[in-house]
Amino acid sequence: MAMLELENLRVSFPSAEGPVDVVKGISLSLGRERLGIVGESGSGKSLTGRAILKLINRPGIMRADRLEFEGIDLLSRSERQMRHLRGARLSMVMQDPKFSLHPVMRVGDQIAEALRCHERLRRRDVKARVIAMLEKVRINDPEAVARLYPHQISGGMGQRVMIAMMLIPKPDLLIADEPTSALDVSVQATVLDLIDSLVTDNGMGLMLISHDLHLVARYCDRILVMNAGEVVEECAAGQLLQATHPYTQGLLAAVPQMVEDRDALPVIDRSRWSGT
Amino acid sequence: MNSLQQWLSDESPETRWQASLGRSWRLLRMLMKNPLALLGSLIIIGLILIAAFAPWIAPQSPIGQDLGNRLLPPSSEHLMGTDELGRDIFSRVIHGSRITLLIVALVAIISAPLGLLIGAVSGYFGGWVDKLLMGITDVFLSMPKLILALAFVAALGPGIENAIIAIAITAWPVYARIARAETQTFRQSEFIAATQMLGASDTRIIVRHVLPLCTSSMIVRMTLDMAGIILTAAGLGFLGLGAQPPLPEWGAMISRGRTFILDQWWVATMPGIAIIVVSLGFCFLGDGLRDVLDPRHEGQR
Amino acid sequence: MSSSPSSLPAPSGHVITPHHARWLVIVRKLLSFLFVVALTFLALLAVTFFIGRIIPIDPVLAVVGDRASNEVYEAARVAMGLDRPLPVQFFAYVGDVLSGDLGRSVSTNREVISDLARVFPATLEMATIGIIIGVLIGVPMGVFAASHQGSWVDHIIRMLALSGYAVPAFWLGLVGLALFYANLGWVAGPGRMDVYFEGLIEPVSGLLLVDSLLAGDTEVFWNAVSHIVLPALILGFFALAYIARMTRSFMLDQLSQEYITTARVKGVPGWRVLWVHAFLPIRVQLITVIGLSYAGLLEGSVMIETVFSWPGIGNYLTVALLNADMNAVLGATLVIGMVFIIINKLSDVLYGLLDPRSAR
Repeated sequence: MAMLELENLRVSFPSAEGPVDVVKGISLSLGRERLGIVGESGSGKSLTGRAILKLINRPGIMRADRLEFEGIDLLSRSERQMRHLRGARLSMVMQDPKFSLHPVMRVGDQIAEALRCHERLRRRDVKARVIAMLEKVRINDPEAVARLYPHQISGGMGQRVMIAMMLIPKPDLLIADEPTSALDVSVQATVLDLIDSLVTDNGMGLMLISHDLHLVARYCDRILVMNAGEVVEECAAGQLLQATHPYTQGLLAAVPQMVEDRDALPVIDRSRWSGT
Repeated sequence: MNSLQQWLSDESPETRWQASLGRSWRLLRMLMKNPLALLGSLIIIGLILIAAFAPWIAPQSPIGQDLGNRLLPPSSEHLMGTDELGRDIFSRVIHGSRITLLIVALVAIISAPLGLLIGAVSGYFGGWVDKLLMGITDVFLSMPKLILALAFVAALGPGIENAIIAIAITAWPVYARIARAETQTFRQSEFIAATQMLGASDTRIIVRHVLPLCTSSMIVRMTLDMAGIILTAAGLGFLGLGAQPPLPEWGAMISRGRTFILDQWWVATMPGIAIIVVSLGFCFLGDGLRDVLDPRHEGQR
Repeated sequence: MSSSPSSLPAPSGHVITPHHARWLVIVRKLLSFLFVVALTFLALLAVTFFIGRIIPIDPVLAVVGDRASNEVYEAARVAMGLDRPLPVQFFAYVGDVLSGDLGRSVSTNREVISDLARVFPATLEMATIGIIIGVLIGVPMGVFAASHQGSWVDHIIRMLALSGYAVPAFWLGLVGLALFYANLGWVAGPGRMDVYFEGLIEPVSGLLLVDSLLAGDTEVFWNAVSHIVLPALILGFFALAYIARMTRSFMLDQLSQEYITTARVKGVPGWRVLWVHAFLPIRVQLITVIGLSYAGLLEGSVMIETVFSWPGIGNYLTVALLNADMNAVLGATLVIGMVFIIINKLSDVLYGLLDPRSAR
């Protein structure tokens, strides 16, 4: 049985001309595998990730025909019941540590809080687990780092702290929403390798959301391509080059090659399919 | 009507005039969607109309005494009762709107341009001019306004003109700060540089290009400040330092009613309600204007 | 493909503020604070000096009387130092103020400075209770409104907060007296205590509530409570309106931040998201707001004290105004202004010292 089942998810926001659907009926199922969701900014991929955690902020509204996680019907769960699932079983690595880490809480306290919300542990054990987790995300001198504030650490280290915070209660499914797009290119691979190895080691499911087609192809087993709130293509990572939808082909063509023989990168021709 | 609406909401206006009218039209429509702003505008329009037509609206003279009808409670004949000299309080409140409007308008006319000019000059030139002017502004900003106004009136002597001057003296620094902040954001922009290259003088740039850009945030701020100005003016009137008898100034009327507050509550209560309604009107309108014109600063004052 | 730990930068390299540098920052900030306060105070003195010069009353004439001959008038003018150039007079004035000489009050016939020392505690007592009420009610109100944005409770709290800008304090005082004192009898009337208690308590701190407890006189204490409760509540209402409004706005800003979503992703309970994750970063801003409204209450006490015949500095000021007692007016203006400036600037400095991010 699939771990996550999602049917006909819709997220809409009110506007002057009535509600506008930003996610238009997405269905997907996910096992203990690595699923990539690719699309441009504004394609609704981040909202899909947040909707799975039921974290669509007002005034946005989410609806779905089915949202089940490990057989639990999330749609009927109250906010309080969701809270017990979030972090503990479903978690999400957010985009930019500069904004997603709490600015005036020490790094160690932020990680410890993720643990304390779900497990009753003695203070000493919490500390030991935090230090161990920081080591697992390959931070040197974890004791010192735990005492720092987020503005005192670099972006790459911040994102590793984020990963530590989200993985410390050992969730079953990790959603990673553009986990490296705010980082320097040089540390992007390090962070993704880290996520990859931790997810594989713990046998978790991963949903990697990104705008970067090749990055997703490298780290995922299966890929969904989203455009304008809809899934336009679904394929195994290896078969990306055989993609049929013109949008996917357009995305692939727009990636610069190492040995570039074109004078200009092609622009996606949106008139070729019925999208916006 | 329909074609006028279309003309106003045209996406590609043909003249500068149409563009600015269209902008005002869109802002007005947004403003009217906010119920509190709508209520606020209605109150302010009401105040202006009442002030303009006071002699026709008020059933009796605001200063004519009728000692036979002293301290009558509110009734159909005297909607708000009568005061200790038998004057109809309703008529006095109606006429008092003229004084309130006069104070508010004069304070705005004196302090806003002063603050605007100081702020724009300070922000445009920068350097030591900026340091000096903003130093003075900050000093005034960190002083207690009401106390300062009181001291000024004490020195100048009681009276409505002096009250207006005293309030205006304490009101300008906020506008200077705002105008400076706004000016600094445009000073580096391309269009100012372009105008400079065309050979426009500093005076011309400030007057024609910088000042107009400051107006929207100034209007928001002034509308929000109106309530404070009304309260300060009423406070001065209450202490006997503002408008002098027999002028039907609302604060002074409350002061007269103070003696009778325990038995004839309406004498002091009615003018107070007028003050509250008008001040709330300015607050509501100011809040709504800020949401429309200056959405970044929600809630900050 | 995994990177070795040694390729990561050492964390100590990212520590931006070593401990000793933080102290330097504090000292520098305190020095600049003192400088700014001194400068602002000098400007305040310039303003009061200027006000003292523009009075239409001739101070010499007030001393010698209008029958005096020209010689007597001139002699008095020289004796009062009024023949000297204005800058010299100003520095003499600054010197007088710094040495505590604010002149003599015409109406009480005492040194203004000792008058002020006697009345100031009464104002301080009322404003302090007012600000406590304002903080204890205003902050939770603002937090609640922000967390229920758009609900009817939010609208009511917003209305209440706006009315703090629209209701005249003196009017609210009068109506409050009429209702709660005269009609319902729930509170005592004007003044600090009932007349027959006057003089029973030896002033130690000048704060009646404290002094009566020190003297162990609970009867006076409860009498004082029944007198202070209404004016303090009214002052508290104005503090509350401002504090609730600012708290709401700060909280709304916080609640839209990414790290709030992070906390919810972690499964942090709702109260903790609100009161820890969202509230922690605004503490410092709130201190500034509370400081400003405390200063505002000292100023606002002028009106309230007049209505409640509260023997504080505001009442002293208005009585002096009505008697054209300029020494007392300017002295009270100076003291209120000085306290106002200090609180105002102090909250700026606290802002810089308390936020871990500002040490950058």
